[in-house]
This record gives sequence, structure tokens and C-alpha cells, in this order.
Amino acid sequence: MSVLVNKKSKIIVQGLTGGEGTFHTSQMLQYGTNVVGGVTPGKGGTQYSGKGDDTFTRPVPVFNTVADAKAATGCDVSIIFVPAPMAADAILEAISADIAVIICITEGIPVKDMITVRAALDASNSRLIGPNCPGIITPGEAKIGIMPGFIFSPGPIGLVSRSGTLTYEAVKQLSDEGLGQTTCIGIGGDPIIGTRFIDAIKLFNEDPATEAIVMIGEIGGTAEEEAAEYIRDNVKKPVVGFIAGQTAPPGRRMGHAGAIISGGKGTAADKVNTMRACGITVVESPASIGITMKAVLSGKGKTPAAKPSAPSKKPAAKKASAKKK
Amino acid sequence: MNIHEYQAKDLLRAHGVPVLQGKAVFSAAEAGAVAFNDFVTRGVSTLVVKAQIHAGGRGKGTVHDPITDAPIEVLGKPLRGVTVITEGNLADRAYQVANGLINNKLVTIQTGDEGKIVRRVFIEEGCKIAHEYYCSILLDRQTSQNLIMVSTEGGVEIEHVAETTPEKIIKVWIDPGTGFQPHQARTLAFGLQLSGTAFKSFVSFIQKLYKAYEALDCTMLEVNPLVSTIDGEFIALDAKVDIDDNALYRHPEVAALRDTDEEDPLEVEAGKYNLNYIKLDGNVGCMVNGAGLAMGTMDIIQLAGGKPANFLDVGGGANVERIANAFRIMMSDPHVEAVLINIFGGIVRCDRVANGILQALEQVKVDVPVIVRLDGTNAVEARDILMRSGMNFLVAATLKDAAEKVTEALAPRGVSA
Repeated sequence: MSVLVNKKSKIIVQGLTGGEGTFHTSQMLQYGTNVVGGVTPGKGGTQYSGKGDDTFTRPVPVFNTVADAKAATGCDVSIIFVPAPMAADAILEAISADIAVIICITEGIPVKDMITVRAALDASNSRLIGPNCPGIITPGEAKIGIMPGFIFSPGPIGLVSRSGTLTYEAVKQLSDEGLGQTTCIGIGGDPIIGTRFIDAIKLFNEDPATEAIVMIGEIGGTAEEEAAEYIRDNVKKPVVGFIAGQTAPPGRRMGHAGAIISGGKGTAADKVNTMRACGITVVESPASIGITMKAVLSGKGKTPAAKPSAPSKKPAAKKASAKKK
Repeated sequence: MNIHEYQAKDLLRAHGVPVLQGKAVFSAAEAGAVAFNDFVTRGVSTLVVKAQIHAGGRGKGTVHDPITDAPIEVLGKPLRGVTVITEGNLADRAYQVANGLINNKLVTIQTGDEGKIVRRVFIEEGCKIAHEYYCSILLDRQTSQNLIMVSTEGGVEIEHVAETTPEKIIKVWIDPGTGFQPHQARTLAFGLQLSGTAFKSFVSFIQKLYKAYEALDCTMLEVNPLVSTIDGEFIALDAKVDIDDNALYRHPEVAALRDTDEEDPLEVEAGKYNLNYIKLDGNVGCMVNGAGLAMGTMDIIQLAGGKPANFLDVGGGANVERIANAFRIMMSDPHVEAVLINIFGGIVRCDRVANGILQALEQVKVDVPVIVRLDGTNAVEARDILMRSGMNFLVAATLKDAAEKVTEALAPRGVSA
């Protein structure tokens, strides 16, 4: 089992014939991802097999619009490799074609464009992952993103992260400890994103195959704190966390557009404290994510700090665990 | 991107937002001439001379000689970042104040002790203030909407107001579907207990300000203080604008306002190569691929007993030239006592990165311990290349191993956290 995507997912690539689209589609096909089509306006009706070093394992049909692609292939997932100035439009096109899961890899989309996208998303049935993210992978079934497939392995851990390479680091540590993954979701480093920590945690909580969760956050915003409170009230599965940027100075954007401590808010210390108070096992060092998860799983269950939640919260927790069965 | 106050006011003026008449100057002589020709001859009786640096707290900030650190005095009084001139020969006094500011350093609560060198000075006419308010527009990440905040408590830190008297901050959120509506402007005006001319003037002001915020792709626009004059007019007396870097391609006129004097020279240099470098004040340099892993590596350095000297993300496509440039920039910081290179090769092959590091070292002289941790695609081959290079690397296989080697490298030098 897994969340959001699996081997049955039918995937299209928006921006298929561009440089990034070509390279990563060849990688996804090699992984065995079920890519059923691509969208490049003006190239509809052709078949595309990649180019140069990035020749595809099989040709992929190209469509002019997402709606055309959906009508012809029945696709339910789209991954977007469209340059930032046109990326919001690409997401909106996928939303209007009612694509269930939209993954946007593009970095550098203006905030103003994302405010519009977010509003359209809230009024739709679509889910967006990203932008500015590595994508999503269900190991052994579907790699829909730019992550190196070989470090992932199937297993019981769900992982959600704002960072790309830090995800790879954590996954490598998990795989080295013999802990495979159900699904890994890179939610992206921008201030406005589609799927947030809390949404990903809900999915992992409801997935019977996911036995434990890793959440990797960073400075900026309060999404980690919101998820932590949800976890305290609803999640019985063990959660191991890490927050990057304990040494980051305030007021500076640390690479990601969303990684900034502003007005004294969004510090790593605040996030770590809230997460710990909510029963999450937070590691100090990103080098100990794997061994800590191993230890938590052999001890089973959450750390005792999880328990002292307010009495009024209890009914909610019970309801969630009942729903799980 | 940050811009100067005078630049922000020029942009706001162009979008119809009421600001006072003012002009930026780059020398004391120019200050005197502008004060006379542009203001005194028009009958202006009050001038405000403001140092232009990218930091707040200028009004209370002190001015010092950059070499001796001696405080600068003008007309027998310690000079501040903002000076109001109401008497004497206005042009002569503007000259003296500007002369005291330019090429000296201004130390404010936001600059730290090292202060910032003043290179530009803004001369603005004064106005008769009836009341000072606070006003800002910013992106609220929690709702993914823009948020307008106003308060009757102007001219003070809004964080302080939020902590002590949060009820004095009035907020409205802007639905992107409908935009900023007049009823929301009225809600804010009533919240500020305005009536009559002031009410109408505020409603007009805030609508223009929001339009400017949207048109300029701002992520933050703070007017503190926003003042009402004795005639009931609302004027932006100060303006702090943060423009979305990702939207600069739509605003070349704004991108051209960048003042690299306000930035760290190494950061400016790194920007030329599209490297994401932020200089910090520690002793261990680091070079990493990916922003999250770069932050995580800085954290590791601290846990290992060092202090990160920088944030440096070389990005996904780490080719030889990129690595060489990154290396050179990182090593230009004289405080670096050890270096940690941490690359997780996903799509990028580690053996290529290893060769890049070797070539970089041919161009850059390095006399501090270099810890290299390469993991991911072709990591074993990469470690082999480094070991066989004959160069004195401390090669680590895992992140944990790398952290321990940082501690080892710092130990003989007697460096502690």
C-alpha cells in the first residue's frame, strides 16, 4: 500500500519535450513509472521518444492540452516541468482538467501567481504537490519526480519533507537501517504550497501500510507546528522529525523562498519545542534520522511526552483511531 | 529584494500613493544644493535628512567614524540616522548633516555593532503630523492570502504591539477571487476610529497602497509611521518594501534599483555565478547541494563543536566550474578554519563532483583541513578518486562520520563552540 500514487497511476508530463521534461521522463520510464502521455502545446498528435542521451524506453504520445491528454489516456496524475513564468498557468490547466494529483517541480514561481493557484485549488477536487519540490515516489511502483530512484526501497515508513537532498539523505539512512518506505512526498520549499505537512500526515495516518512517519521541516512559517498539533490529537503511529536551520540567522532567505525567520517567527527552536510537546521524536542531528527511527520502532509507539494533551482533545483522538480500523 | 526608502517612495508615488516631496543625494555638496533649489526656494520650512541604508531603527541609530569609531557630532549634538531641520540656514544645515552621514557608519538596532556605511542620503520636506499610525500589507502563509494590518500605535515596533496590546491591531484578509473591497477599507478606517475627511483620506490611501503592493509583486509593504496631517491627509512617512525575487523578471525597473553596496561583497560575487551563498560569522565553511541539506549541514557543524561560516548551496547541476567558483568564494572568508563539503549525488554523479573538487583545488590555495563527504550515485568511485589524489582530504562516508571528522579537524587548533 501507499498514498496518492502507485503502479496503477496514469501519469502525464506537462512540458514533456523541454530539457528537464525530457531528462526526467527518461529517468521515470526507466524506473517503470506508468507515463501515458505528455503535453506540449503545438506538438499534439506526435510521438516523442526523447533525444540524445535521454532516449526513452518507449515512445510517449504528445497532446496539445491537458484536457486532450485526459480524454485520450484517462490520466489521473500530472507532473509539471514548465519554466516558472508559465508554471502557474500549467497548474491551473491541470486543475481545470480535473487531474487528481498534480506535481509541480518548478522552482521560482512568483508568490502572486501561487495565491491565485491556491484559491483555484481550494475550489477544486485536485491536489497539488509542490511547487519547488522533488516530487513523490512510491518505491518499486511509481517515481513521479526528480529523485534518484535507487536509494528508495519499499517498506513501512511514510516520509514528508520540505527539502529535496535532505530527503535523499534521510531515505538513504532509513534504507541502510533496513527500513523501506511506503511513499515519500517532497512538499516543497516555497511559502505557498499545495499539500502541506498536515495533509501528508493525514494520508499516512490513514494508510494501513504506513507504520511510522518521518517529517523533515525547516525554518519559516508555522506548517510544522500545525501538523504537530494534528499529530498530538490524531496520530498513534510513531513520528520522527528533524528541523533544518537551527543555525540560520533571522531575516535571511536560506535558499528556499519559504525558509526565512521573519519578525522572530518560524525559528527552528519554536518548531522543535512544539513538535516535542506534541509527542514527536525530534532529532538534533540530520545524521541520526535513520538510527532514531530504528530505535523508536524497536521500542514501539510514541514517546511518553505524547500523552499530556488536554482532556478536551480526547474524543477527537478516539474518533480518528476508530476511523483507522 | 530590498530597496532604499527613497526608491520605495518613488515607486509608491508612481502608483498614486501620497508621499512627501523628496530627493536622494550622494554627496554633501549635492545635499546643500538640493536643499536650497528644490525646497528652500519653494518656501519649505522643515527638512528631514535621512540616511539610506537597508536596515531599520535609523532614527535612534548613532553615527560613527568607520576607522576610529568616534561618534560624529553635528552642530554640537551627536548625529542620528534621521535629522529634522527647522531653523537656521536649512541648506547649510542639510549640507552639514549629509557631510556627517556620508561615508561614515550608522549603527542601529538592526545593523549590529559593525553598522553600515552611509552612501546615500534622502532629503525630504517636513509635514505637520496630527497622528502616527501603523500600516502593513504582507503575505500570510497560513491562509495563502494577503493580509492588511493597521494600528493606532504608529512609529513603534509592531511586534511589541502584537505582544502587549494585540487588540490594537486590526486585520483584514484579501480573497484573491474578489480582491480588496471598499467595505474592507472601511472596516480598517473604523478600526482606527477615523471620521470625516480623515476617514475618506484613509480609505483612498489604503486602496492605492494595496494596488501598489499587487502591481509591484511585493511580499511585504510596511508604512510605519503612516501619518495623518492636521489637514486630515494620510501620507506614507516611511516605507519598507520587500519585493518577490521570483517576480523580478516582470519588473526590470525594480530589479535595476538593486544596491550591491548594501550586500556582502562575497554574496554579490556568488550571485554572479548563480550560487546561493550567505556569509555567516563562524569558522567552518561548508559547500552543499540543496538548501535543506545545506541548512542541515550547518546544524551538524554546530553540533560538532564548530560554527558555520556560511550557507552555500551549489544546486543540483554541480559541474566543475560551479564547484571551483563556490570553493574560491567560500575560501575568500578569512575566518574559515576548516571546510566541510557535503554532496548527496542523486542525479549528479559523485565521481564527477570529486573530479570537480580536485580541479577546484588546483586553482584555489587551501591551507585548512578539508572534510569531504560524497554519498549517492558512484560514491565509492568518488571516495577512491579523492583518496588517490595525494591531497590531504579527510574523506567521510556518512553524515555522522563527517560530523566526527569536523570535530577532529578543529580539536588540535583549540577551537571550541
